[in-house]
Amino acid sequence: MNQTPDYIEGIRSHFPLLKTKVHDKPLVYFDNAATTQKPQKVIDRINAYYSTENSNIHRGVHHLSQIATKDYEDARIRIKNYIGASKENEIVFTKGTTDGINLIASSLGELMTKGDEVLISAMEHHSNIVPWQLLAERKGIVLKIIPIHQDGTLDMLSFEEMLNDKTKLVSITHISNTLGTINPIETIIDRAHKVGAKVLIDGAQSIQHGQINVTKLNCDFFVFSGHKIFGPTGIGILYGKESILETMPPYQGGGDMIKRVSFEKTSFNEIPFKFEAGTPNIIGGIALGSALEFLESIDTNQAFAYEKELLKYAEEALLQIANLKIYGTSALKTSLVSFNVGNIHPFDIGTLLDKQGIAVRTGHHCTQPLMDFYGIPGTIRASFSIYNSKEEVNKFIHALKRAINVLS
Amino acid sequence: MSASFKEKQDSIIEDFQVFDDWMDKYEMIIDLGKDIQGISVEKRKDEQLIDGCQSRVWLKAEINNTRMHFSADSDAIITKGIIALLINVYNGEKPETIVKENLYFINQIGLQEHLSPTRANGLLEMVKRMKIEALKYV
Repeated sequence: MNQTPDYIEGIRSHFPLLKTKVHDKPLVYFDNAATTQKPQKVIDRINAYYSTENSNIHRGVHHLSQIATKDYEDARIRIKNYIGASKENEIVFTKGTTDGINLIASSLGELMTKGDEVLISAMEHHSNIVPWQLLAERKGIVLKIIPIHQDGTLDMLSFEEMLNDKTKLVSITHISNTLGTINPIETIIDRAHKVGAKVLIDGAQSIQHGQINVTKLNCDFFVFSGHKIFGPTGIGILYGKESILETMPPYQGGGDMIKRVSFEKTSFNEIPFKFEAGTPNIIGGIALGSALEFLESIDTNQAFAYEKELLKYAEEALLQIANLKIYGTSALKTSLVSFNVGNIHPFDIGTLLDKQGIAVRTGHHCTQPLMDFYGIPGTIRASFSIYNSKEEVNKFIHALKRAINVLS
Repeated sequence: MSASFKEKQDSIIEDFQVFDDWMDKYEMIIDLGKDIQGISVEKRKDEQLIDGCQSRVWLKAEINNTRMHFSADSDAIITKGIIALLINVYNGEKPETIVKENLYFINQIGLQEHLSPTRANGLLEMVKRMKIEALKYV
């Protein structure tokens, strides 16, 4: 019954790294919330670009530059279509999720004044906490934290009470990277809009686990990283509504983001280029396009459904282990599980799992306030992706039991 | 190099040579961690804390008749076991030895990954702190 379905084996075969051995054991890669592996198509695309196309984009009159520009801009269109945006000028290339949030905090933050309020939640990643703390210091805005319940779900009643006409932005994660909780962002967006606040969705975790449609969601901003959806590191996307991006001042100054520069006065380029100073991560953008092309070539519905099954399967097996506690027990969860075993330090379990070829993440997962909420130093987090199988979960459980045995 | 300092390191290397399985190596480290007298929770002081990213270490250093004496503890047992190895090697040595002499056994027993600055258990910091403590008496 634990036979890996053919469609999962099929997906798996596209990812060369998964054939790797670690400490002489076949790798079980359960650190997908940190980064996903890359399909051959993405790797080949990077190789082909540097072998035959490498050139700087925009403004170049020569052949190679025009090809690279077209490929880069085609990638922007593919990304636009993938997330259901209506115009490609709403797609800004960034370095990643963190960069996208910092862009908003810096640029939209410029338009905020003392006493304006920004809401985040108690389950945010540090990258959706610190940029707002910096903005609070810079502009005197007030940062408010939406509390959570013990099961790792948002306290929606408190959220609604916190909203008022001073609320300028709600910046919230779609899916918790530590707990797996899927937040009710549709409701959050709707309620925030009613008081005139804008909403930024941190899609770092959600982008690889299901179809996103920013138009249907009606969010004002959506940010994610390429490397968490089978693309390269160092590239990310900020989606922003055209009407809002137009009003925002530039983020960084430099080449590509200007219309005309003189020492007296500089005028800025149109969106999205206004926010893309300097030579961008060209191949990053192109290869992110290839990653989405790969996803479009497989049956993702089937794959996402199997991911959910994996979560259930893993949680059931984990709960058989004495003194094991799962953090994040919301009914709506993505395919990751965070846990501790008795008083054993997560670092110890992580180390012994690694020696058995199992890659998980241990620690605070860049969510220290959340760890403080639960009063723990960290957790062990196993996060699954579309290429993982129940056979791997079995290996993980076996290795975990061995680790616990040694450590008890 | 003082004879005892070298002998102690060589003896650890020899002890670890019998294991070819990583889990066995770690079992030995864990046993060492369980055996050493740590620093009880109520006696731990903030100034003794070496904050690694994941596991925390408390280190206490004293000098007794020109010889260094360390005691330490950690919230993670593997980290504590590795500390036990360090303490085993450094305790009873002159401060000069600790500051100057090469600590080679960690590489030899295959634990060098714990010494990389990116590694999250603060071992590198721990060795550094032990040397700094010893330096106070040189």
